[in-house]
Amino acid sequence: MSGRVLLPLLRRDLLLAYRRRTELLLPLVFLLVVVSLFPLGVGPGPQVLARIAVGVIWIAALLATVVSLDGLFRSDFEDGSLEQVAVSGHSLARVALVKALVHWLVAGLPIVLLSPLLAIWMNLPEGGLGALVASLALGTPTLSLLGAIGAALTVSLNRGGQLLSLLVFPLYVPILILATSAVSSATDSLPYNGQLGLLAAGLVAALTLAPMAIAAALKLSLE
Amino acid sequence: MSRAKRIFHQFGSPPWLFRFAGWLIPWLWLVCIALGAWGLWWGLLIAPPDYLQGESVRIMYLHVPSAWMSYSIYLLMAIFGFCALVWHVRAAEIMAMASAPIGAAFTLVTLVTGSLWGRPTWGTYWVWDARLTSELVLLFLYLGVMGLHSAFDEPRKGARAAALLSLVGLVNIPIIHYSVVWWNTLHQPGSVGVDGSSIHPSMLWPLLIVALAAKFYYGANLLSRTRVRLLEENRHRRWARAWVTGGID
Amino acid sequence: MLKSHQLLLERHFQPVFAPVDLEVRGGELWLITGANGAGKTTLIRLLAGLARPTSGRLLREAGTVAYLGHQLGLKADLSVVENLAFAAALSGGDALPIQRTLERLDLADASHQAARTLSAGQRKRCALARLSLTPASLWLLDEPYANLDAPGVKVVDALLAEHLDGGGACVMSTHGALRPPDLPWRELAIQPWEAPA
Repeated sequence: MSGRVLLPLLRRDLLLAYRRRTELLLPLVFLLVVVSLFPLGVGPGPQVLARIAVGVIWIAALLATVVSLDGLFRSDFEDGSLEQVAVSGHSLARVALVKALVHWLVAGLPIVLLSPLLAIWMNLPEGGLGALVASLALGTPTLSLLGAIGAALTVSLNRGGQLLSLLVFPLYVPILILATSAVSSATDSLPYNGQLGLLAAGLVAALTLAPMAIAAALKLSLE
Repeated sequence: MSRAKRIFHQFGSPPWLFRFAGWLIPWLWLVCIALGAWGLWWGLLIAPPDYLQGESVRIMYLHVPSAWMSYSIYLLMAIFGFCALVWHVRAAEIMAMASAPIGAAFTLVTLVTGSLWGRPTWGTYWVWDARLTSELVLLFLYLGVMGLHSAFDEPRKGARAAALLSLVGLVNIPIIHYSVVWWNTLHQPGSVGVDGSSIHPSMLWPLLIVALAAKFYYGANLLSRTRVRLLEENRHRRWARAWVTGGID
Repeated sequence: MLKSHQLLLERHFQPVFAPVDLEVRGGELWLITGANGAGKTTLIRLLAGLARPTSGRLLREAGTVAYLGHQLGLKADLSVVENLAFAAALSGGDALPIQRTLERLDLADASHQAARTLSAGQRKRCALARLSLTPASLWLLDEPYANLDAPGVKVVDALLAEHLDGGGACVMSTHGALRPPDLPWRELAIQPWEAPA
């Protein structure tokens, strides 16, 4: 019976996200604001911007993800929905997978779609755009999955949000390194399949392992 | 009950662990101080200076053992954490959480000695060298575990949440380490590592002795922290009250 | 249906209550009573499997339980019907009797209102409506009568009577003097834990 609830859950969470759509925009606005601060901080010189473009866009993506993560389980925890799911006997790991998927759809995918605009702002060399979009498409789902572990661990804490960033940023280091190097290689007209392959491998590993950790963390938070 | 199982259960019994730790700690300190004094005396006064780096190489006798400890304590913390999560052994929870500040301290020592060593070697206190960078990320992982542990009202819940986080971190440490090493070669082609060259036995021996002393230091410190924690938690139990009031060990 | 042996939970290294021995059979209604802070909610959560006992054993018959806690488990942004439809999907129950249940609980007029706009009593009714949609044979209810008016209490009793007649069982916590008037019940008074001398 375990799989049958996943579709209703997906539908419910997407509906809830839709009804709170203005809240969903906040992390994206945050992303745009962070990126737009860089030209103001380091100067608008096109060469300087081009050099730091990948790093800035990816770091802004990490920050925007973490900002949106805190709410991932919080409302379910506070209104008792999470208890209902936990006593229902369904596999919490699969539920966690659905929650991470919803998070990626409403917080990660928009970053991927916005990235061409950010690339233009930051004067990213043209050859890098494809790699940027691909690296974000492969990297942001992993960010959602790893971040969901942190969100599940801190959901019962009053000030979980501040702790959350400390918990997840170290875990994001390899993704940041691989993704930015893929885009740098692309702008230098070097092959970057290797980095993308590793990002994909990371995603597969996160898909298999993270749901178990999220489920264990949620159970613990409910106690 | 099998012998192994009995030992396991005995180990998880607070009064037994408290007494056993109390008996063991002085011996651990004794060995730690003896080995530490011997190793540092050898390393700092007897061992030859490096032909390239001169006397500044001697900071290695603190830096390298600390770096080894910073990683091995994380591994032990995660192993204790695993036992805590799977078998719900309180002693394992305590030891996992007592390991975190010791490991973080070794990581900090590694970073500080590394940057002091960097001054005469690289001409600056901080270089984004692969080893230092992954030590820095390791420090953040330790701080996350400690922060999460202390954020919970219920200590056992906090300990298990932090243990879970330490396991997630353990899976990630090799990935982080290799990605940082790779990132470093990408951005600094041709930089020569300080400890790339093979090490002469006259330097290796004191290094190993100090490293062994550090292990005994960890054991003594861990058990002392465990004893304090056990006493605090069991303050309403008879054996703990008897020990505090009567001094029965 | 449910059996506990010397069930104990520690918070801050002190047991919350004296060890609990409880055996619940089909058709039985158990009331858990005790002063504020005695651990009624904690015990219900233990029985529901939401908390982990520090020691003791808990055996539960296969199958799901229906749980009603302090947090009702309603999504404020969903309507009453949407909330119940999801609850039915979650418990593997039938979504068809939703309309009938709503009428019974006097929620039919509010059925398309968002849960956030309901009064406390209506929200409680909405959460109770879940009970008639779930196939669970064991109900674990934390203060089911709180926030309900007299007709509401009657509906709860009717739901309970049906459930018990069908061979189901229920464990509920209650403080104060409110008891189900028309149903036979057994009582488990939570005892405070005393340190052995």
